[in-house]
Amino acid sequence: MKFIFSYLKKYQKLVAAVMIIKLMGTLGELMLPYVLEHLVDEVVPTRSIRQVFLWGGVMILLAVLVRQLNVGANRLSVRVAKESIFEIRRDLFWKSINLSGNKLDGFGLPSLNSRMTSDSYNVQSFIQSFQSLGIRAPIMLIGGIVITLTMDVGLASILCILAPIMIVVVVFVSMKGIPLYDKVQQSIDHIVRIMRENITGIRVVKALSKEDYGTRRFGGANHQMAEKEIKAGVVMALPGPLMTLILNIGLTIVVIIGAVQVNNGVTKPGVILAFLTYFNMILMGVMALNRVFMLMSKANASASRIAAVVGTADDMVPLSDKEAFHTKRNEYIIFEHVNFSYGDESDVKEDKDKSPKEVSSEWFDGMNRQKCLEDIDFSMKKGASLGIIGATGCGKTTIINLLMRFYDADEGRIFIDGKDVRTYDKDELHQMFGVVFQNDVIFADSLKENISFGRDVSMQEIEGAAANAKAKGFIEEYEDSYDHRAVVHGANLSGGQRQRVLIARALAANPQILILDDSSSALDYKTDAALRKAIREHHKSATTIIVAQRISSIMSLDDIIVLDEGRIIGHGTHQELMANCEMYREIYKTQMGEQAV
Amino acid sequence: MAARDTILKKPKDTKGTFKRLLRFMGPYKWLLCMIFFLCFASNVLALLGPNLAGWAINEAAAGAGKVNFEKVFYYAERMLFCYVLSSVITILINIFMMYVSKWIAKHMRADVFDKLMKMPVGYFDKNQAGDIISRVSYDIDVVSTCLGTDVVQILTSVVTVVGSFCMMLYIAPVLAVVVLVTIPVAVIYTTRMRTITQPRFIKRSKNYGILNGFVEEMFSGQKTIMAYAYENRVAEKFEGINQDAADAYYDADYYGMSMGPTVGFINNLGLCLIAVFGSFLYMTGAVSLGQISSFVLYSRKFSGPINEIANIMNELYSALAAAERVFNLLDEEEELKDRENATELTGVKGNVTFEDVSFGYDPEKIIIHHLNLYAQAGKLVAIVGPTGAGKTTIINLLMRFYDVDAGRILVEGEDIRNYTRKSLRGAYAMVLQDTWVFQGTIFDNIAYGKEGATMNEVVAAAKAAYIHPFIMRLPQGYETIISEDGGNISKGQKQLLTIARAMLYDTKMLILDEATSNVDTSTERKIQRAMRELMKNKTCFVIAHRLSTIRHADHILVIDHGDVVEQGNHESLMKEKGFYYKLYAAQFE
Repeated sequence: MKFIFSYLKKYQKLVAAVMIIKLMGTLGELMLPYVLEHLVDEVVPTRSIRQVFLWGGVMILLAVLVRQLNVGANRLSVRVAKESIFEIRRDLFWKSINLSGNKLDGFGLPSLNSRMTSDSYNVQSFIQSFQSLGIRAPIMLIGGIVITLTMDVGLASILCILAPIMIVVVVFVSMKGIPLYDKVQQSIDHIVRIMRENITGIRVVKALSKEDYGTRRFGGANHQMAEKEIKAGVVMALPGPLMTLILNIGLTIVVIIGAVQVNNGVTKPGVILAFLTYFNMILMGVMALNRVFMLMSKANASASRIAAVVGTADDMVPLSDKEAFHTKRNEYIIFEHVNFSYGDESDVKEDKDKSPKEVSSEWFDGMNRQKCLEDIDFSMKKGASLGIIGATGCGKTTIINLLMRFYDADEGRIFIDGKDVRTYDKDELHQMFGVVFQNDVIFADSLKENISFGRDVSMQEIEGAAANAKAKGFIEEYEDSYDHRAVVHGANLSGGQRQRVLIARALAANPQILILDDSSSALDYKTDAALRKAIREHHKSATTIIVAQRISSIMSLDDIIVLDEGRIIGHGTHQELMANCEMYREIYKTQMGEQAV
Repeated sequence: MAARDTILKKPKDTKGTFKRLLRFMGPYKWLLCMIFFLCFASNVLALLGPNLAGWAINEAAAGAGKVNFEKVFYYAERMLFCYVLSSVITILINIFMMYVSKWIAKHMRADVFDKLMKMPVGYFDKNQAGDIISRVSYDIDVVSTCLGTDVVQILTSVVTVVGSFCMMLYIAPVLAVVVLVTIPVAVIYTTRMRTITQPRFIKRSKNYGILNGFVEEMFSGQKTIMAYAYENRVAEKFEGINQDAADAYYDADYYGMSMGPTVGFINNLGLCLIAVFGSFLYMTGAVSLGQISSFVLYSRKFSGPINEIANIMNELYSALAAAERVFNLLDEEEELKDRENATELTGVKGNVTFEDVSFGYDPEKIIIHHLNLYAQAGKLVAIVGPTGAGKTTIINLLMRFYDVDAGRILVEGEDIRNYTRKSLRGAYAMVLQDTWVFQGTIFDNIAYGKEGATMNEVVAAAKAAYIHPFIMRLPQGYETIISEDGGNISKGQKQLLTIARAMLYDTKMLILDEATSNVDTSTERKIQRAMRELMKNKTCFVIAHRLSTIRHADHILVIDHGDVVEQGNHESLMKEKGFYYKLYAAQFE
């Protein structure tokens, strides 16, 4: 709740305006019946047609006024909801795309997705409706109680005893409701996950005719979601009728005690009758209040899910000079005895108590404790090139993750250009790089935008990069050339075309450090060779790291590291490794054929 | 003509949407009937309660010392009974309605998912996952929330309206006519409002879909965005999309929000008319003052629920708009049904023939021209060529993810369009370029292709794919849960898992699409050995850039720009010194 109100603070004047207008509207609404009664009881008996028209006119005027006020208040409340949800979503989005690797793994993509959408809609509808309901309910409640108090303190005190009981019921139930709605939102995460999986893997699903399996899996999650929703809904169905019951029991007591008091001559019977009317008003107020609370528990669950993301501490803040390591060595990139394993103690732990399906992070912890990198130690001169080769899962990509500071090393020191990587501002650090990740993403945008990627790159540079990445040919075959639009995830490009566009992206801004992580696997040898040649010639000054499976992609580089289970088992040039490293020789033989040795 | 059609279609759509929504309620019609009955009962009880209270007060009104307490208690007892019963019934109604609405939502979600599974692959190439998901996570939720709370409200209101209108008719028929005048006004107003709000609500839903799609796309590329310091540009774009979504919401609700108060106003107007007309009637002596009083009392009872209905109308319209988006998806064209006389593909030996096949994703742009190819049973066909030459397309055609535009593909001498898709696809095992795992145990991921696979079979497949040692190193072995976005399963490990999956799926034909490009070479050698074992007596289509793999091929297709430029085996192609020779030589450059 605090989270929502922190966004409303900016609009407190507007919210106040909504409430005042709504207050006037509600008062007007309450006045209308009295004018009517006055007309019927006082005016009509006078048989004056002029008076009847006059009061009829007053009523119509009042009705118009009430409508205008209510419409105005409603529209303003929609505006407040719109403005604030816009800001909430903006902050949530900004935080999400800036999450560090660890935190991102912790939340998980489907969950971030539903926080952005489903949760934000819950919060939005709460903000909108609480402004008008929040004012109507108390007016009726307080108004009713005050009026009854002025009529008969003794009888009204029965109400005053009941009020706290009802408040306890409402608070108790909505406290119970919040965790239930949290569970509902989690099951939405689950549904989103299964849908995503089946959509992204549709080819595999179809190839294996596993549509039924997918449907069954979805059916399970779907059923769970319905059950959780029903469970939350059933709990929330209770307070309304319960409060009505409590109030009505109070009413019965009032009637009995009233009868006793009338019998004793303390109270007039008319007072009890009037009580009846005002009880109705109080009841309506209580019901409205109940609705606010219902909405609130739903919104509260959602708001805290959003707040969990927005409130995530920045864990990759640049270190001050004092905290950082220093070095006198003058190589450009230095790794000194680096150890690393995924998942740290202060991980995002908020979602830990859940169904077995969701405990995946727990076992990851188990696996994570395995060292991912051990005693990695190497250095590169400016403009040098390094190849990293090794079995899958041996930690090649992790080296890149540490160099670009998506994660921090557990032990050891990493320097770029003489400075500890942790002292760089995040953007400043990343701007030095041109990088293609494994499974990198093409966005639904023009090829031009996919290559320039928001950087200040001239058309000439884009074309140059495309030429070097060997993408120029196929791009210029399109009628609209660089303006050709890629669809989501580049599904309208072949695997090789995608990789070439990605490489062009990496080259476009003439980066100081070029990283290609398994990014030419879909290229044929010819294109791959031409690509490497172009990089050698046109990006001489770039310090290049190529992670590859193919030995031909890296064998001509200045320096090569052979990784095995997180450790460096061979380091040197192609010739040196051929002489010294058994594994490297093995790889060479399989790929290039026995006769090539 | 076309324009008129769309104009004519519009209102029909809403009506159609409503009808289809009703159809979803169909299975629960008895429960709904019961809910309706309960609503009726609780309303009667709710009306009875105050009456009993009134009688009790009448007894109390006897004055000091004269109150008949026996009677008071008698009524009080009954009051209490009414209230308790009415509360219990209300709780029951709420709970029943909760079940009905959530079951309907569940049913709709299942239908959507079912539909997705029947959609052709091309649909997913064209639509954003996020937008599709938004129909389930947002649109269906809107519908079910509306059903859950609003239907009861409407039922309750209808009971009260009808009840109090009968009372009004009974007291003063002439005045009741006045009230009747206001109803058409309200109805006309709300229908008119619908034409204004409906397109806006649809736009609201659509914009949420766009927002969801964008978010989904950006989050999946988060690391890249960060690496290129692209956050600002992305945030800028999001600003626009976010603004559009917020504006569409504001626009829709801006108009929607005027509905409740306006209908309230129309009601109040009715009240004024009653007062003024009533006064005239009183003056002419047609009605008594008491009649007017009680008439007014009932008309106030009457207007309350109508107000309620008007407020709900807004939600109802937004639910209809959301439902329409869901139904639109359900109406999308499905993968073509198998031909009527389609047969099961059985007894596959693995003879595959391409006869003069032409194909293009865009009919205007043919990328495969007149392709002829014969793959004899048990042979290894390697498809090589520069990237983007159309190699993946051949796989799409083999599996019938897309159908050929001209020519035909034969398996065992029969056009593959004469087989059921399921049996055709079942005849292939396949490992694709984009590896794919789902959240589940490693066991489930490997056993995915083969229902009821035993642990022994899975372990054997994992061993054959050389991933068994890796799996055993995990704390929970085969029971370890993995997921696509877990981040800790590398692409290579995923690849091995999908190979194990294909290993387990024993078929006569095999498709490998650059499958080995992410496996490190020492493993690859082992895999190749295992694969060769697996490939025995199988027709294999391999798209690989590794010439070491291709060298073993019985037949090599060299494809450039969708055309087969060279065919033959390694030796003959090397002798030709043509395109293939150049490709091969490139790796030593």
